[in-house]
Amino acid sequence: MTCRDFLKELTDYLDNAIDTQTKAELEDHLQWCHNCYVICNTTKKTIEIYRDSHLYELPDDLRTRLRSAIMSKCGKKDSTA
Amino acid sequence: MSTIKQVNEPEPATEELALVTAAKQGDVGAFEDLVRRYDRNVFRIAQHITQNREDAEDVVQDAFLKAYQNLPQFQMQSKFYTWLVRIAVNEALMKLRKRRPERFVSLDEDVQTEEDSMPREIADWSPNPEQQYNQAELKDILGKTIQGLPAGFRTVFVLRDVEGLSTEETAEALELSIPAVKSRLLRARLQLRERLNKYFKTRKSGDGNK
Repeated sequence: MTCRDFLKELTDYLDNAIDTQTKAELEDHLQWCHNCYVICNTTKKTIEIYRDSHLYELPDDLRTRLRSAIMSKCGKKDSTA
Repeated sequence: MSTIKQVNEPEPATEELALVTAAKQGDVGAFEDLVRRYDRNVFRIAQHITQNREDAEDVVQDAFLKAYQNLPQFQMQSKFYTWLVRIAVNEALMKLRKRRPERFVSLDEDVQTEEDSMPREIADWSPNPEQQYNQAELKDILGKTIQGLPAGFRTVFVLRDVEGLSTEETAEALELSIPAVKSRLLRARLQLRERLNKYFKTRKSGDGNK
């Protein structure tokens, strides 16, 4: 397996969406290829950091305001139906 | 090396099914419960795509209103959330096009070659690189970094990796093929990793704290 082959499978590997044989081949590659090991490790970390970062959370006051606006428009739509 | 943890389902499917059925029959309270259930997700997706707070607020309102108006046509063959995400993504892309009329924005935007995503810099990161920064600095870094991705890559990454939709659900929500979702996801992940290198790579001694 070449590094390019490894990269092609990286997404499925990280998502655990590959068959056992391919997984074993990828892990064998990781045993000796430090560059791919680093790429795999830092890509996994990238995903986890974004997932855990709580970027763009909706503040409670804005949430209430938006919901109230939505439901008021839905009510108007109902009354005109 | 372990694989990444999968995000749990937001809510049990049967409960959602009951709410959607009631809302389809005109129960506004049931629809409000659906709004409560997914407004945070829709806001995050909208903000990631539009990169603008006011636009994201508009998208939340427009997407839910459109969902409400189109509920009678919703066939319940897919999950309500996937259907809602599809509406929200379309609304968000429309906002983005209005704001940047000089540049056509599409999910099919795929001008970069595979070479553009090939790793250039191989540097390991410290075990908890995010701890080098305080919360506000980290958010600023992550926000700036993801803004640099093409909208099509950004959207796939956000749906799959931040919101936890499956590859199939992402494909359905974005009307893309599964191979297209996988290809964009790989490139989005690799490009983000490459861009975060400068903030997170292991410092040599004498480099200072950051």
